[in-house]
Amino acid sequence: MTTDHQMYTLNINGAERPVKDSWIGESLLYVLRERLDLPGSKGACEQGECGSCTVLLDGDAVCSCLVMAATAVDSTITTVEGLLADTVIGDTARVISDVQAAFVTEGAVQCGFCTPGLIVAVHHLLEHNPSPSDIEVKEAISGNICRCTGYGRIFAAVNAVIETRKKSK
Amino acid sequence: MTAKTSTRSRDVLGTSALRPDGVAKVTGEFSFSSDMRAENMLWGATLRSPHPYARITSIDTTKALLIAGVHAIITAEDVPGKLTYGLISSDQPVFAKDVVRYMGEPIAAVAADHPETCRRALAAIVVEYEVMTPLVDAELAILPTTPPIHPDGNLIRHQRIIHGDSNATAEIIVEGNYTIGMQDQAFLGLEAAMAFPDPGAQGVELHIATQWLHEDRGQIAACLNLPENNVRLVLGGVGGAFGAREDISLQVHCCLLALRTGRPIKMQYSREESFFGHVHRHPATVWMRHHANRSGKIVKIEARMVFDGGAYTSTSPAVLINGITHTQGPYQCDNAVVDGYAVRTNNPPCGAMRGFGVVQACFAHEGQMDKIAEACGISPVEVRLVNAMHTGDKIITGQTMESVAPVERCIRETDAIPLPPPMPDLVDALELPGGSGLTAERKNIVRGIGWGVSMKNLMYSEGFDDYATARCTLSNGVASLKFATSEVGQGFVTLAPQIARSVLGVDQVVQEVSDTQIGSAGSTSASRQTWMSGGAVDGACRLVRERMFEHIGKLHNIDPIRLLIDGTDVVDSIGDFRISVVDATEGVTFSETFEHHHRKTEDLDENGQGNCHVAFAFVAHRAVVDVDCDLGLVKVVQIATAQDVGKVLNPLSALGQLEGGIAQGLGLAVMEEIVLENGKVRNPSFTDYLLPTALDAPTVVAVMIEEPEPQAPLGAKGIGEPPCISVTPAIVAAIRAATGKALLRVPVRPQDICL
Amino acid sequence: MTVTVATNLADALAALRATPDARLLQGGTDTMVEINFNHFKPEHIVALRKVQELRNFSIQEEKGLIFIGSGVPYQTLENDPFLTLLPALAQASRTVGSPQIRAAGSLGGNLGTCSPAGDGLPVLSALDATVHLQSVDASRDVLIHDFMVGVKKNARKPDEIITGVTVPILRGFQGYSKVGVRNAMVISVASACLAVDTSRSQIRLALGAVGPTIIRCRESEQWLATQVDIANSNFSNEIAKEFGRRAALEARPIDDHRSTAEYRKHAISVLAERLLLKANS
Repeated sequence: MTTDHQMYTLNINGAERPVKDSWIGESLLYVLRERLDLPGSKGACEQGECGSCTVLLDGDAVCSCLVMAATAVDSTITTVEGLLADTVIGDTARVISDVQAAFVTEGAVQCGFCTPGLIVAVHHLLEHNPSPSDIEVKEAISGNICRCTGYGRIFAAVNAVIETRKKSK
Repeated sequence: MTAKTSTRSRDVLGTSALRPDGVAKVTGEFSFSSDMRAENMLWGATLRSPHPYARITSIDTTKALLIAGVHAIITAEDVPGKLTYGLISSDQPVFAKDVVRYMGEPIAAVAADHPETCRRALAAIVVEYEVMTPLVDAELAILPTTPPIHPDGNLIRHQRIIHGDSNATAEIIVEGNYTIGMQDQAFLGLEAAMAFPDPGAQGVELHIATQWLHEDRGQIAACLNLPENNVRLVLGGVGGAFGAREDISLQVHCCLLALRTGRPIKMQYSREESFFGHVHRHPATVWMRHHANRSGKIVKIEARMVFDGGAYTSTSPAVLINGITHTQGPYQCDNAVVDGYAVRTNNPPCGAMRGFGVVQACFAHEGQMDKIAEACGISPVEVRLVNAMHTGDKIITGQTMESVAPVERCIRETDAIPLPPPMPDLVDALELPGGSGLTAERKNIVRGIGWGVSMKNLMYSEGFDDYATARCTLSNGVASLKFATSEVGQGFVTLAPQIARSVLGVDQVVQEVSDTQIGSAGSTSASRQTWMSGGAVDGACRLVRERMFEHIGKLHNIDPIRLLIDGTDVVDSIGDFRISVVDATEGVTFSETFEHHHRKTEDLDENGQGNCHVAFAFVAHRAVVDVDCDLGLVKVVQIATAQDVGKVLNPLSALGQLEGGIAQGLGLAVMEEIVLENGKVRNPSFTDYLLPTALDAPTVVAVMIEEPEPQAPLGAKGIGEPPCISVTPAIVAAIRAATGKALLRVPVRPQDICL
Repeated sequence: MTVTVATNLADALAALRATPDARLLQGGTDTMVEINFNHFKPEHIVALRKVQELRNFSIQEEKGLIFIGSGVPYQTLENDPFLTLLPALAQASRTVGSPQIRAAGSLGGNLGTCSPAGDGLPVLSALDATVHLQSVDASRDVLIHDFMVGVKKNARKPDEIITGVTVPILRGFQGYSKVGVRNAMVISVASACLAVDTSRSQIRLALGAVGPTIIRCRESEQWLATQVDIANSNFSNEIAKEFGRRAALEARPIDDHRSTAEYRKHAISVLAERLLLKANS
């Protein structure tokens, strides 16, 4: 049993992260953003309706706003900050994930607020289904609301990753 | 925010240069205003009225102030300057004092050490109300006999247009009453700001997600009773805007709390609060009667429009003018009688949203065009071609259409886009209306096709000089750009370096922080920043280029007029001289500031005549929808569009604007509405205010029509608003075609189709 | 406030016995919304996500039953073996929220919250499922119809945990349909589950989101049984239409911001009619 202000530890992006002096009912999203300095996950509805806060919890893509942080001890958590970086973007020296790179090069980013959650959701999709059909892509990201793009360039980015991964096999 | 550097080579105008903030946004490093933190900061929160209309008889903050961790509570009593603000007329209180006029109106604000402490403090403030019957019917609000909810009455503005022969008529007469529901901008990145007080409370620095830093500053400074120079605004990362960040929301509250406590204050709204904290798209009723001859040619239009502005004025007067002056749409019309009203009610305040009054007019005029086509026995395409406006035509305000007006081309090129293949016999259930709900089989579905074409004014109207300012500094081959333009996602941060690269032959462009340490850029709205701030950046870069050419000319004894930029070099157009821009600017600095002003416009006279608009853009949409007529469920299959863009400056960005706007127009057509019941918002959440998902997104086939606009500094028209305007009527027309229903209201609800 | 993350059922039950006012937390998709919105301040939470017993399912072929642990997430129920053995449940599961919600949510949560719009509940009703409840010293089985007692009210006692449901594997068509205003991630405006039980010559219909709780359309079912031989299941268009009409009469919907009572009744008539016609094929 954990009580208010009692420390607990989360495994996030491969590191043990102690959470101290918190109210024990806080969501994982709040703890990531406000207590662990991981603001990459975004909050836009706090009720699982927008997907901006998507993280991987024991390999599942979930809304971190709907996870009570203190119940995620002994789980593995991956946030947008912890995705495998293996792709050089443009002529910069910056290495990011292939999904992240494709979102930039295919124009899938406008205001960018939904982007981190979408990136995590797309990573999760392609890990479990390397060659999804168009409709499978749509269903897989149907929990991630984007208000700017109308999704067209997002589909293009996902397809670009699928093609690149196929070729590199 | 730190300065951003773009180093991708030769990303000049016309290329799909990538967003310089793209990497930061995909990695989560980009700092949105809600991501800001500060040492020693406190949290701010707002107490709001639960009633649409009530007298406040008392406000007691004593108990709340006793809560440990509460540092300040402020009410109307604590506003040192002007008690109200507003974009056009200043009628919206910083805090309600004696009366609340809409559900969610701010009454007090609290500063505390934790968001939870704020919530407890808000709950402990005791406000006593005398609840009154809200005025929620805009038609009622027009009547002079209706008790006013404001001292100066309920009418915000009345304007008529009388053009040509009022008595003209023709053989075909069609009319309709159209209704547009209240749409929300629903940007993803919620309202957020951080205010830092100056020592001694003589000034404040506000980091804020806004569309217009300078306008905010003016309104904030007046309320704070501080000189404008003592109020510095810095653009915080903006997670979308679409009009909802043009009005003041938490700005004044946040600054007041910072000045009161002497500590940085962070405020951010929840989604629910956001629905109450910003203005929405005006709900409207539009009556139109078109007189046309047998060939479908419009002879006269009569119209009456009523815009419900909600509790306060915001931009209602301008929205009204946009609505009525776009009555005709992109069609020739010699005779018109139009009457328009914008009124205040106890509904939520309404203001700017992408399309700004034209969305409402377009839904009606496009419904009318289809009625004319039907009455004349011609196709939707034909009726629009017969009436298509051209450059040089007079519009119903008497203004001559000086903009490039490729309306015919928009229609023809949209028409030439292949229709989607018919639904295959074996279709994934997710492709059908109802989606994974498995409500329908293929045999239950009827396909429909519909059209929408629109005209949209660009920039501000009626004499408003919404200029934009930019500074360019060139040194050692690096151009540095400074402007106060709000990047809200649209991509000005991509475009500005493209302009600098094209004009100056540089590769490296640094963009400085957007803040109020330079002149205004005007608002990121009205499809205006590419034209206005783009024009300012272009102008500043051209001035710097002149200085550079003069410098080179002097050093190398060449008449500067002979010098040109060639790639990244400066060359002598009639000689062999060539020097790289990097070498030419080594150790020297040129810096110039430029203000871009659009041409002057004028007010409308009492008959609605006058050159009130700057320029116009056009677009055509064709929608293909599948409808389950028995259940009233709709799936938009394809949107074909050809848009008049002037010139494409970044193909990837442009396509993103077209697709994004289409999704918002789709939302208004079939799902998005703030549901009101006697002034109360019934669905302030993403569970019940539905936005299109990836499974609702149609295939978009877009053609950009490039006919450079001579008035526009870069030849490019604004492209942000048109995509969301005529797609809504196109989708509704397609549903009408599939169902045979009249469907005079958006959003179209399932019961409108099947009951 | 306290949080107990139980890793087995015994620990969870013991924790619940110690703090009987505790809120049981499964996927969090309902409770965390209440907490985030400040509508609910729990004193004690017993988290069940790590209780492996609740995440198991087992097929008892000889009995024709499937046991589904209350914590089996919808993303599991969407797929085989459920898609083959309990297609209506798989269909309903696929309509729950978004993929993120389906990774977290479960039948246990649906049953615990007991909202009439819970997507899994009409299926459990139409399939005559049995709900298993357990406390530290007792366990009991409750028929689904007796379990759901009202709007967001169920028969669970404070010290009990819903361990799972047992659902009969039927021979015959079954299907679930749900009306929402968008094509994904939407709360039910009206839903229906129809199940044909050829061995008992029954057709069963349950409705969601059109009453204070799930509605079993007993009268429509009985009427249908008088009209046709269920075993042959060949329903004419006229029979299907009348079946739909009668089902709508059994619905008791309300007007709210999501829809109107009139539309909901109409939708039920269409869904019931279409589901019955689907049973023909």
